[in-house]
Amino acid sequence: MIKKGWDEFEIGAMLRTFDGSINDIAGTSQDDRSYSENSSYTASVADWRLIKPVFNKDYCIDCQFCWIYCPDVSIISRDKKMIGVDMDHCKGCGICVEVCPTNPKSLLMFPEQAEEEAEIASWPAKDEEK
Amino acid sequence: MAFDKMELKDIEVWDGNFAAAQALRQCQIDVVAAYPITPSTPIVEGYAKFLADNYVEGEFVMVESEHAAMSGCIGAAAAGGRVATATSSQGFALMVETLYQASGMRLPIVLNVVNRALAAPLNVNGDHSDMYLGRDSGWIQFDAYCPQNAYDLNFIAFRVSEDHGIRLPAMVHQDGFMTSHTAQGVHTISDDDAYNFVGDFKPMNDMLDFEHPVTHGVQTEEDWHFEHKARQHNDLMTKVFPKIEEVFTDFEKLTGRKYNIVEKYDTEDADVAVVCMGTSVETAREVATEMRAKGIKAGVVGIRVIRPFPFMQIAEALKDIKAIATLDRSAPGGTVGMLFNEMAGCMFNLEKRPMLCGKIYGLGGRDLTKAHLVELFTELQANVDAGKITTPLQQFIGVRGPKLSYL
Repeated sequence: MIKKGWDEFEIGAMLRTFDGSINDIAGTSQDDRSYSENSSYTASVADWRLIKPVFNKDYCIDCQFCWIYCPDVSIISRDKKMIGVDMDHCKGCGICVEVCPTNPKSLLMFPEQAEEEAEIASWPAKDEEK
Repeated sequence: MAFDKMELKDIEVWDGNFAAAQALRQCQIDVVAAYPITPSTPIVEGYAKFLADNYVEGEFVMVESEHAAMSGCIGAAAAGGRVATATSSQGFALMVETLYQASGMRLPIVLNVVNRALAAPLNVNGDHSDMYLGRDSGWIQFDAYCPQNAYDLNFIAFRVSEDHGIRLPAMVHQDGFMTSHTAQGVHTISDDDAYNFVGDFKPMNDMLDFEHPVTHGVQTEEDWHFEHKARQHNDLMTKVFPKIEEVFTDFEKLTGRKYNIVEKYDTEDADVAVVCMGTSVETAREVATEMRAKGIKAGVVGIRVIRPFPFMQIAEALKDIKAIATLDRSAPGGTVGMLFNEMAGCMFNLEKRPMLCGKIYGLGGRDLTKAHLVELFTELQANVDAGKITTPLQQFIGVRGPKLSYL
């Protein structure tokens, strides 16, 4: 975000979510919305994440459970197809992993520093029914 | 216009509270969120009655405390409405937390404060403690000396605070009971003239504008807070006085009543002067006139706009006066009174520095009588004759027991 001088921003402790005016925001997908640099969509709020979900599309059945349950709207899904995780907003709570119904899970938590490709390559095998 | 108009006589006998309530009716306030407290209850009570009788199109929100009252006003103002409320003393103290929010969010709220002493000991009578409490909150503060002022200054406050360049909340102060419950003749303005003077409310960054969503009251840490406060202070210092002057001029055109940021009385050739606020100004004027008959050249300076403080105008008004007393009607709490402090600050660099002493008077509604002021002017004249200050810097006027003086 650009640092502005005291006389350069709008008065009052207020921020605009969008640049310019909007209409039918609910019918516009997030990618097409004119978010301003001040909106929380543009800002990264994931600095303090310690563990992250890694998505493995090989096992995903597009059930949308993770999208429904994510408390931070950080699951990216388009046309009912799971695409991945929004790493600028995910806090690493692990709820998506908890609700994932596939076997093995298509989302698993790994340390923040983990390499995604390596983890997907060594994905755990199917849990046998006991 | 779905509401009824009220036929007012040219002069009505109103007390300060009812005058303020009538002003709120004539401005057509959209939202009043209020909690009753002596002595300001009749203001919001009056508005509520006008609302019930269909003289206003608005909303009266009954809340559970003054803190909630100001919070409700902030919400309504951020949503984009013309908002006002009233309070006093302890209620004002409970509001303080939200006062800073209102001014920081640049919301044009008008708050009628009927000055009353702060407990303890509990007291419903008037002094300026609550006025002094709000002086750092970033609000514009007007001071009314009589019901007529209380009526007029409400219109002026709305005009000033709703200006899009300023957008700062304003308080209109009147003295508890002395002004608020004392009925006097008030020259009225007709409903149409009054509303046209204030004008239609023009929202700015309002939350009910769904095409431009805004977040109000955001968090800024050390990287933005200073800039916001600097902007607010800059607007207070540079934009407010010119706007107030302009509105005072417009108001004079409408009614013939002239207000000034600093109300000077007989100061042109005066040797001694008192600086005071509230109802004391009118008493002091009367005494000053009598002192002139006795050969003491006395003047009075009343402060009409307390925040932003008119340093330059006061220094200009007092530059040739030899001895000045400031009258503070609030317990100083271990220092000199606020007025003494401000006056010392604005006159420190004058070439001819006047002699300055501070008086504390009238706490908890104790009367300031003409006898007190006669004594005060005589004492100031003695200082002038001696050419130096012969009395302590801080004295208490009208307190029982041995004389209290410090410094």
